[in-house]
Amino acid sequence: MNVSKMKAAHRNLVNYQYELGRVWRGYTDRILHIDLSKNAVSTKKVDPEVKEKFVGGRGYGMWYLFQSTNENTKWNSPENEIVISAGPIAGITQYPGSGKSYVVTISPLTHAPIDSNVGGYFGPYLKFAGFDALELQGKAEKDVIVYIDGNKGTVSIDEAPEEPLDSHLLAEILTEMYAMNEEDKKHISVVSAGTAADYSNWGMLNFSFYDPRRKMVRLKQAGRGGIGRVFRDKRVKALIVKYEGLKGDSNNPADLGLIQDAGVKVHKEVHDYDDVQNQMRARGTSYLVSIMDHFDILPVNNFKYGCHPDTHKIDDKVYKKKFTLSECDGCWFGCTLACAKVVEGFELQTGPYQGQKVLVDGPEYETIAGVGSNCGIFDPDFIIENNFYCDTYGIDTISLGTGVAYVMELYEAGILTDELTGGLNLNFGNTDSAMELLHQMARNEGFGAILGQGIRYVKQWLLNEVGGFTAEQQQFIKDVCMECKGLEYSEYVPKESLAQQGGYSLTNKGPQHDEAWLIFDDMIHNLMPTFEDKAEALYYFPLFRTWFSLVGLCKLPWNDIKPADNAETEKPSLIIGHVHNYIDVFNGVTGQNIDLDQLIKQSARVYNLQRIFNLRCGFGTREHDLPPYRALGPVTVEEYESRQERYDSQLQDKYGVDPTGKSSVEKVALMRKLRAEGYEGLCDAVYKRRGWNMNAIPKISTLQELNIAYQDLVQLIKPYQE
Amino acid sequence: MRKLIVDSSKCTGCGQCEITCSKAFFKEENPQKSAIRVAGESGEHDITVCTQCGKCIDVCPVYAITQDKNGVVRINKKECVGCLSCVGFCDYLAMYYHHDYVVPFKCVACGLCVRSCPTAALTLVK
Repeated sequence: MNVSKMKAAHRNLVNYQYELGRVWRGYTDRILHIDLSKNAVSTKKVDPEVKEKFVGGRGYGMWYLFQSTNENTKWNSPENEIVISAGPIAGITQYPGSGKSYVVTISPLTHAPIDSNVGGYFGPYLKFAGFDALELQGKAEKDVIVYIDGNKGTVSIDEAPEEPLDSHLLAEILTEMYAMNEEDKKHISVVSAGTAADYSNWGMLNFSFYDPRRKMVRLKQAGRGGIGRVFRDKRVKALIVKYEGLKGDSNNPADLGLIQDAGVKVHKEVHDYDDVQNQMRARGTSYLVSIMDHFDILPVNNFKYGCHPDTHKIDDKVYKKKFTLSECDGCWFGCTLACAKVVEGFELQTGPYQGQKVLVDGPEYETIAGVGSNCGIFDPDFIIENNFYCDTYGIDTISLGTGVAYVMELYEAGILTDELTGGLNLNFGNTDSAMELLHQMARNEGFGAILGQGIRYVKQWLLNEVGGFTAEQQQFIKDVCMECKGLEYSEYVPKESLAQQGGYSLTNKGPQHDEAWLIFDDMIHNLMPTFEDKAEALYYFPLFRTWFSLVGLCKLPWNDIKPADNAETEKPSLIIGHVHNYIDVFNGVTGQNIDLDQLIKQSARVYNLQRIFNLRCGFGTREHDLPPYRALGPVTVEEYESRQERYDSQLQDKYGVDPTGKSSVEKVALMRKLRAEGYEGLCDAVYKRRGWNMNAIPKISTLQELNIAYQDLVQLIKPYQE
Repeated sequence: MRKLIVDSSKCTGCGQCEITCSKAFFKEENPQKSAIRVAGESGEHDITVCTQCGKCIDVCPVYAITQDKNGVVRINKKECVGCLSCVGFCDYLAMYYHHDYVVPFKCVACGLCVRSCPTAALTLVK
């Protein structure tokens, strides 16, 4: 790699000078706007009303995207934006998990607004460079690199023809190119996609940070919803921010002591209890694999089953041996939970980098379960290799995992033939074919290129273009297609928890577990027996967790480490001790004086805005909250009979139906009817609790209570009011 | 290796060491700004001070903590980003912070407190 030759090939399109701003109490109150079509860079002030109502992070992303687009905007319309914003808390160093960026765009998968969170240094450095958010609009003519120098106060857009697209190379090259020396590398963060993001709707964004202990560039992913595809459609090769001068008070907080006290409390908890709780520092989120398997919720063979005898081959005990640890595996300064695990010196067996030894970030639980067990694959090295190629090609491992699992099930059912797959044998467990599908996505070839459009696309392609299926087959194609709103499910089997079924499909963006993970409280502990109990959980948790995305926090230090006395608290799943920390940290940074009710209200504004945004995009009504039946219950006789005792006793005890003498086919149908009714009952209760009507539309009075009854929002929901 | 050795059984809890330390490093008499701390009421006293074990070096994300040639663990204030990971991860609870300061502080085995201790509960070893 000749970095200076690549740099010499750059052609400058614009150089923009700005006044270095001041961060005050977590905010710069400025936004950087870049129009790639016009090569125009500008800054704008944040309206105090927007700041008060939508807080930052995803809140700013949703608001500014909503304002910049219209009802006709598609994911590849020039006016579609990628908005990156970190939030007011982001950039503090004292509290673990305080460096998250939130990315928002209109998604090529869901055709509605998507939000995705990511670690790495970009968001906080962008703020310290002077901007609470970056709006990236328009489309460049040729591949460009945007460079923000947060110390000099410059933004440049350069055509950059020679750098490779794949992120493990590109992030390293650009870090090298824009750093003065080794010491300077930690001041740089790169946002990039990868070769496959040029073609696949699963295209994601990598956000880099420099790991001084390993002397390597590390990558974290804004994985969900195809943001990388939008990025490449805009012909952006990379965004780079450079900022030198980070200090513990770079946010100029109102009360540093409040933040310090909360942060030290959690550092001590991690020090004292991580070893006996989740061992996040030693094994990251891989610890979840065996737990999910134990409770029968680890997805196996496209969510058909929840456990497998071979799970021990891909669990934390295996990965613990493969991870190389440092005491500082955080993706932002001061994150002592340190879950960003690494496999070093991994020799690739396939693809364009075959034979090379590389560093792989991960694998995390979702990847292990997605590209592993859900595809019937229990080969730990395959998972690492797949993880590497997903990252460097810019592909979301969750969507890929659920997507490959889907086509494997269709292949085994005889619906996908060798002719359709281009000769790929897609039986569950076929590692060669699974890997080849991924390489095909990067080459835009074969069946991989079709699959890379997302499983909603594959489903419609089969039903509408391939055709010739029986009614039963058509139903099967729909039933096992694990997407809702166009987004592939993340990796937990929700079948046995009605609350989690809602936790997935009553989301705004699609089935991602970052809103609500209620399986244990609902299924194991039976803490929410009634619809109203579940609705309360599906009101509180999505809003509480949305709040992380407004302020720039990671969810993991909330409940992947627990205070010593947590089990004795009234509702242990709230982790109330940590909730109080968050309130202290927010007040400490901003100088405000919010309580938990106000915190929830902050989220509710953004949550309702996003719902109405969905509506403007042509979705957002009740029908779009309907999950595939595989998410609710057993689709097939085989599936029913694999857990016959459980299902028979449910029919008897829960629904008062005697299963004796009934065939499995009859019981499957009966169960389906009952579970579908249960889901509808849940929807009614949740919509009511959220202040929405029975068509899932916010009531005008709800917006009034939240003080966001703005004309443009009210106009959109007015025709739907009952 | 230079470090402070404490004999808590000799401590009377007079707090002179804390006063001496905070005066030396923060120009004020404030036990909360001392890198050596005495806890306990009437009779029994516990002295907490850095053992120079160096575990904090590993948890510092920016290499701001190093051990000098005398074995004394020191914080480079210019490099420190104030995350306080070292405070939470000190096995001896001997890394301190104060709301008035962004960076933490610790005993650097200067020995001033040794001279101020009326009962010879503190010894500086080299």
